[in-house]
Amino acid sequence: MIKIEAIIRDQKLTAVKDALKAIGVAGMTVSEVKGHGTQKGITEVYRDKQYTVDLLPKIKIEIITEDENMDKIIKTILDAAQTGSIGDGKIFIYDVKNVIRIRTGETGKKAI
Amino acid sequence: MKKYLLCIISIAITAFLANDASAGDPSGALTYSDSIQGLKFSVNFAWTLMSAFLVFNMQVGFVFLGAGFVQKKNTLNYGAMSFMDFCAGTIVFWLFGFALMYGGSQLAPGLAHGNKFIGYSGFLLIGEAYDVHISVLWLFQMMFASTASTIVTGAIAERCKFHAHLLNSIFLCGILYPVYGHWMWGYGWLETLPFGVGARDFAGSGVVHGVGGLIAFVAAWIIGPRYGKFNPDGSSNVIRGHNLLYIIIGTLILIFGWFGFNAGSTLAVTELRVSIIATNTFLAAAAGAIVMLYISYFRTKTFGISMACNGALAGCVAITASGAYVPHWAAIVTGGIGSALTSVCLDIIENKLKIDDPVGAISVHGVNGLWGLLAVGIFSDGTYANVKGLITGSGWQLLAQFIACITLIAWCLGMGFLFLSFLKRIIGGLRDPISAEQKGLDIYEHGTGCYQ
Repeated sequence: MIKIEAIIRDQKLTAVKDALKAIGVAGMTVSEVKGHGTQKGITEVYRDKQYTVDLLPKIKIEIITEDENMDKIIKTILDAAQTGSIGDGKIFIYDVKNVIRIRTGETGKKAI
Repeated sequence: MKKYLLCIISIAITAFLANDASAGDPSGALTYSDSIQGLKFSVNFAWTLMSAFLVFNMQVGFVFLGAGFVQKKNTLNYGAMSFMDFCAGTIVFWLFGFALMYGGSQLAPGLAHGNKFIGYSGFLLIGEAYDVHISVLWLFQMMFASTASTIVTGAIAERCKFHAHLLNSIFLCGILYPVYGHWMWGYGWLETLPFGVGARDFAGSGVVHGVGGLIAFVAAWIIGPRYGKFNPDGSSNVIRGHNLLYIIIGTLILIFGWFGFNAGSTLAVTELRVSIIATNTFLAAAAGAIVMLYISYFRTKTFGISMACNGALAGCVAITASGAYVPHWAAIVTGGIGSALTSVCLDIIENKLKIDDPVGAISVHGVNGLWGLLAVGIFSDGTYANVKGLITGSGWQLLAQFIACITLIAWCLGMGFLFLSFLKRIIGGLRDPISAEQKGLDIYEHGTGCYQ
């Protein structure tokens, strides 16, 4: 089992969410986060003076799934979230040791 | 302290006992009659009262404007200071500020005593000053005094002790503002200068905004910048206001109030010049906003709307002194120049003098207070109240205005420095501790935040 963690533009949430639903992804966790990458934020102007906003609002989507779904999900996220400009975000893949459903106590793939 | 209190109370009681109820006209019955003259009183009372209410409404504008310019954690504190300085100022203006300002002006019965330098009748609005005429004048003037003290709030926001600001407002409304006001409006020495018709400040570019802006300058300088505003190498950081829409709302409410501020200053709507004055006010505001908008666009390639708001207010302040005396084209020029001066001054205050003024009060009110006074001597066309400026070929009025400017600067900077240094010593510093500033003054001063 793996965890796919995608940091995307906040305005791309609906597109990514809908695309994931369409390929049958059952569950996901979404959080509003702030951060920056190599670009180190953007420049804004307040009262004729430039300043840097280094932490920009982003959306983090976490999905736990079986290994064989990985490529399909990554492709779906890329298609939906890509604009080609700086600030599109990143996808991280982790191994997941186990999953436990709290309601029933089931473990492993059944609990996803 | 007790001695002073006892002294004030005994003066008050004595004055109250000496009150001769028949002296003034507290019921209004003697003033009003069914004649044309009586109706003139009525309509002029209505006009002046309505204008006073409009100027009161400028307090709402100031709260919105300043709240937008400060950080989220200081919003409540800004609103509280802006509101409470008004209330504290009102009490002292009733006690003695008004008497110092208008005593001897003869603007209403009960204001008979005073000389060219100070007035001394109309204390506590009792005796002869318990009169319908005086109450109209008092209310209108009170709103002006409170405007002057509220202007200071913006420059010292986000770091000043709440109490320090209240005490400063009491000083401003009780002594500093009334004395200069007496010289200019209470038949004082500036109003009666032998040049031109004497110095003129129609609705208070100098008396109200100049005083407020210059005291804001002294206060912001003595109190020091906000924590983190300037780096050790002297460069400044941007501390962004938390709601820029509030700045626009505040500005619009202020311009609305300004119609009362300027046009109401005739104290009579039977002076039909009011329509010219109101139009001039708005033309100057619009010109100021547009000039600043394009200065901002030229510098940054963005339309800096908070700058344009400062520009609109700069235009309003600049036209306040001359609105009654100048033609419409001059209102646009006055507002536009005022706005450009504000832009230059914002730069100097922050980058050269290293003074931290979160809302730009010094550059908007102080600088344009002075420019507004001079503009009277330049653009007045002689069509109203016989005020003739440079454009009619006479320089005497400009000389009178220049003297008024120098006096204003000397009076405000001198007295402001003395009082604030004294206040700093007796209350142990004018600013809150740095820990409170970092946490936000809302919680430190008021126990809770503006937002959850």
